[in-house]
Amino acid sequence: MIAGALAATGLMAGALIKPALAGDQLTVVSWGGTYQPILRKNVFEPFSKATGIKITEDVYSGDIGKIRAMVESKTVSWDVIDAASSGAWIMCDQGLLETIDWNKVGLDRAKFGDAGKFNCGVPSQINRTIVYYEKNNPNPPKTIADLFDTKKFPGKRGLWKNPYPNLEWALIADGVPIKDVYKVLNTPEGVDRAFKRLDTIKNDVIWWTTGAQAVQLLANRQVIMTAAWTSKASNELFETMWDAAQGGFSWWAIPKGSPHLEEAYKFLAFAGSPQPQADVTRDAPYGPANKDAMALVDPKVLATLPNTPERDAIAVNTDFAFWIDKGDELRQRFNAWLAK
Amino acid sequence: MATMAVQMDGGPDKIPLRLKLQRVERRRKLMSFTLVLPLLLFILIAFVWPIGRMMFNAIHDDTLLTLMPRTTSALSAWDGKDLPDESAYAALVEDLKQAWARKTTGVIAKRINYELPGAGSQVTSSARKASTLSAGPYRSTLIAINPIWGQHDVWIVLKRGHSAYTAYYLLRSFDYQFGSKGQIVASPPENAIFRDVFLRTFGISIAVTAATLLLGFPVAYLLATLPTRTSNLLMIMIVLPFWTSVLVRTAAWGVLLQEHGIVNELLITLHIISRPAELIFNRVGTVVAMTHIQLPFTLLPIYSVMKTISPSYLQAARSLGAGPFYAFWKIYFPQTLPGIAAGCLLTFILCLGYYITPALVGGAADQMVSYFVAHYTNEDLNWGMASALAAILLGATLLLYYAYNKLVGVDRLKMG
Repeated sequence: MIAGALAATGLMAGALIKPALAGDQLTVVSWGGTYQPILRKNVFEPFSKATGIKITEDVYSGDIGKIRAMVESKTVSWDVIDAASSGAWIMCDQGLLETIDWNKVGLDRAKFGDAGKFNCGVPSQINRTIVYYEKNNPNPPKTIADLFDTKKFPGKRGLWKNPYPNLEWALIADGVPIKDVYKVLNTPEGVDRAFKRLDTIKNDVIWWTTGAQAVQLLANRQVIMTAAWTSKASNELFETMWDAAQGGFSWWAIPKGSPHLEEAYKFLAFAGSPQPQADVTRDAPYGPANKDAMALVDPKVLATLPNTPERDAIAVNTDFAFWIDKGDELRQRFNAWLAK
Repeated sequence: MATMAVQMDGGPDKIPLRLKLQRVERRRKLMSFTLVLPLLLFILIAFVWPIGRMMFNAIHDDTLLTLMPRTTSALSAWDGKDLPDESAYAALVEDLKQAWARKTTGVIAKRINYELPGAGSQVTSSARKASTLSAGPYRSTLIAINPIWGQHDVWIVLKRGHSAYTAYYLLRSFDYQFGSKGQIVASPPENAIFRDVFLRTFGISIAVTAATLLLGFPVAYLLATLPTRTSNLLMIMIVLPFWTSVLVRTAAWGVLLQEHGIVNELLITLHIISRPAELIFNRVGTVVAMTHIQLPFTLLPIYSVMKTISPSYLQAARSLGAGPFYAFWKIYFPQTLPGIAAGCLLTFILCLGYYITPALVGGAADQMVSYFVAHYTNEDLNWGMASALAAILLGATLLLYYAYNKLVGVDRLKMG
């Protein structure tokens, strides 16, 4: 019944004008903007050339409600999606994604480190949420505690409207060592402590939801510093502060019920392999998820990547098992906290 | 005699005129019905039915019933006083095993987490461990695996899962929830936000409606009284914003209102303020941008009503000795009321559904109901909450419309 109803609610049009199932083709969905052309050049086109499978692109903005509607109404028209952090975890948890059969992918899962432990996708890249501030700032922030210090750094700061990295950062600013963050956050007292710390800057925060908004806020001097996802443009425009940078992951995932499962697996195998992952770094400062790709990265761009050894050493290693487990609860609380 | 006359009028085929007329009338009705049928069907299929089905999610949730069938049926006989007996624990183990094998624990955990924050992860870890259990006694084993199964409240949630209908989402939308014994209690303060959100939604909508009326009324008056050539030019300027997307207009307010934006720079240059005022990412920005977008919707109905008011009424009042303000207030203004009512109703109802503008120029505490509907639909995948909030907003709007109709009378509205 639900399936039938959903077909009418969201996907009526999609179901009616479903394209004829041509032989070798694949609909791949990513985030659009400046990122998708980079993927097109370095991943999609080489893949089509290598396999003869034609790629049709689509764009989404992380609105996973659409994917749930597709899966539940059995009208899946997206074969591979570029799923990031919490969206990926929620979809996997709710059974909306195929569990990856690594034998079928044919890549060594261990090469992907922590990101490879996720059951529903092949890691595509590693990014970081860091703090950016204006160039020539006479009073630059040096640690994540400075983000929370409104006395030494008066003014608005931009933060991502999302429970992580804010809860982790709040605890680190409150004196919790980086390695113990998730241990503390796993206790009710730890969560209270994080929110209490966030309370102290609540009136000085402008929340953003898209990468472009964060850049805009700082470029317009609406904020004195902002958390933002690493990007080439931001790296050129602003200064970076890498202390307690929070790792984010992206995975190539397959919505359950994709009509092109075989081709989708071929895509996952290609996109996860070292060469295309290394190629992407030429145009975007994201770290390749496949450790073998690091050797293929141009030495010139190596320093711009978020996962250099020095940067890894001071970063928050996002415990996504923790977030899969507790994400629901913390998201509820975070959103209620925001709305007050 | 009379019957005969009618029959004679009926002509040679002996059908009475009355019936003939009726038949013609029926055919005409059928004809016009056929003409509107496509639109009617379209509205039913593409609007009424899907919305109704989505709203149904607000009270319908069979997650636990379908994914924990044994447990929920074993608990249907449980009196809810002490912990359930061994058979319920055995059923639970069976269900958890099945959930683990079918990878549906995430869905179950999420559903239980709604009502018992934090219990979800315990359910998942219990399922992982229960998947290896082979023999009883299950009660003591399960409690040893996770103490949550020795607690009363999780069993109450599971027992409620026996019904495919739940009041949980609607209660939650009013900041209530089920207590540990199944009674209705207030939500804990850290989760109680929705009453505020609804009040905020109505508050912002009223403020924007009032602002558009105050700003729009004089302009409408000017438009209605100026010579046609000038008023046409002004009218183009008023309608012009319609040609730009709401998104662009909202973003433009960002440029104007930001800390180092045009408005602040101007005010500082004029020495009206010494430090930049906070005009954006708060209530001020939200109301200003929404007022701008809604202005034509309030103004145009007022204008078209004003256009129909004959100037001779005012002239008559003046010639009978009324002062300019008295004549305006007693003679002119009452005649514009149907337009004001129409414009304000239109703006108010449109404001209730605002989403993108508060998201872009409001702060976290300025988000209206639609924001939460979108959040629950697209990010949190909690469609029950999304439907409940949407249903309440729709219900409240219809109720207001009904009250308005009783007080003012919708047939008195004039769009022109």
